Amino acid sequence: MTEWVLKGITSGIKTTHYPDKPETESGISPGLPDTTELNKVDTSVTQICPTGAINSYGYELRVDRNKCIHCFKCKYGIQRPVNWDKGYEWASVVKEAELGRSFEQSLHIRFVDAGACGACISELEQLNKPYYNMHRLGFFMTPSPREADILLVAGPVTDHMKAPLLKAYEAMPEPKRVIAIGACALSGGIFGPSFISGKGVNELIPVDIAIPGCPPPPLAIIHGLLLAVRHKEPAKGKVRQ
Amino acid sequence: MEKIAEGNTAEHAILLSERFSGTSAFAHSMALCHAIETISDIKVPERARYLRIIFAELERLRQHVNAITAICNSTGFSVAASQAGILEEELLRVSCHVTGHRYLFGLNTYGGLTIDVTEEAIKTILENVENIIKQLNRLERMLYRSNSFLDRLEGVGILPVHQAISYGVVGPVARASGINRDLRKALPYGGYENLEFIVPVEYDGDGYARLRVLFEEARQSANIIHNAANILPAGSTLSLNRKILSGSALSWVEAPRGAAFHWVDIGEDTRINRYRLTTPSFNNWNGFHRAAEKFAFQDFPIIMATFDLSTAESDR
Repeated sequence: MTEWVLKGITSGIKTTHYPDKPETESGISPGLPDTTELNKVDTSVTQICPTGAINSYGYELRVDRNKCIHCFKCKYGIQRPVNWDKGYEWASVVKEAELGRSFEQSLHIRFVDAGACGACISELEQLNKPYYNMHRLGFFMTPSPREADILLVAGPVTDHMKAPLLKAYEAMPEPKRVIAIGACALSGGIFGPSFISGKGVNELIPVDIAIPGCPPPPLAIIHGLLLAVRHKEPAKGKVRQ
Repeated sequence: MEKIAEGNTAEHAILLSERFSGTSAFAHSMALCHAIETISDIKVPERARYLRIIFAELERLRQHVNAITAICNSTGFSVAASQAGILEEELLRVSCHVTGHRYLFGLNTYGGLTIDVTEEAIKTILENVENIIKQLNRLERMLYRSNSFLDRLEGVGILPVHQAISYGVVGPVARASGINRDLRKALPYGGYENLEFIVPVEYDGDGYARLRVLFEEARQSANIIHNAANILPAGSTLSLNRKILSGSALSWVEAPRGAAFHWVDIGEDTRINRYRLTTPSFNNWNGFHRAAEKFAFQDFPIIMATFDLSTAESDR
């Protein structure tokens, strides 16, 4: 057993300094397309975009981040690509209502996979690993919705998962918050409204915080959780529908 | 999901195929691209073929490290789980640094790849993979010396070879039960015929055998990345001829969790008529209950972790 202790010590501290300092390592986020002036970009991107996330408003192209699935069709393979936001602080508050003061301390989180592809789940797993380690911020995963403050939902909510999701939501004690992670949970993503799934979590239960991305990188999820405890400001520049 | 693809364009279907299973996105999209390329008689440039192999093996390496992390975690061995978790996150960061996406989404397209990578990027991959394999080897040696860990795996969750055959399990699970079958060797596709590697086979069929197969395959993946990078030719990564014809074709790929078959039928209007696929986890879920029978309830999560099952892959 001593060699494990030694190995643990020699590995050093890997954990990111976010949210105290911004994380600057390469490869932490795939980025999202950003608002671009119309004369600087191929306007054909509005047609190329498979989920219709990019639309023109006046003199600029705006991006509905909740729909973007990182297909890179507006970045690679065209003459003049759109601007690219390499950051990760993307989470935004959906409901206008204040989140309240009861959520300023430690939080317990129940995660529900409502038909996600596995990438969102994998990114969520990374949060429990040394590089992100969300326990240091007071966030804990719990197996039971009875003791959860926050319901994390990923996936486009398939018909089979509607009842379990509703049950989990109703089993949670008040006050409670719902965070939707990933393009699928926010808008249906690439699956869109189909015969088996709807347009995301909002159709079934009210979403309080939206974390866009496909999948959202771990730091974006941490930003969303910090938003719930009011330690961070929401992202700017989100297009309201 | 097969139904959603119907009536959509081939490009849209490729985006869908990446999201059948987010953690083996590149393998599945590669299989669909192969099928479309066979139908339309598109010749993929050599550089793209070998880059695809490099990315597919990078994904396999990451997925196997993920499985090893899950096994360590299920036995409550958190030091080892953390150490493996560090390696997994490093692999994710390398993927994102080189290709722009942590799970290699949006790279494959019919006729090649949407991006090209520089010499430096290849060097970054090689250096990181070499470093990670070194640490993985050390982790393996230490795990094999930890009695408390091995006690939970050895002789637990045995899937005998006759049951493995009758339930049609695939991938590392089948190879740990003594079935020597790997589509990269059995039916070579996309350039694997020019690369040398060993398919590890174990005969015990227990959790420990599956762990050994995962470690050995991770090493072989690193070898393949090295060899493919050595013979990586120059040139473009996207074919000039990208006209889609109608017809149907079958293609296959050895995804990180096992063999996957994709069959696609494209109509006259270049849209998908019918899309059908088999995923590895779907087969392995069927065989899983045979391994979990007769063992203590506490062993259940451990057996599940050694099978490396994905729920998303079961829903086609």
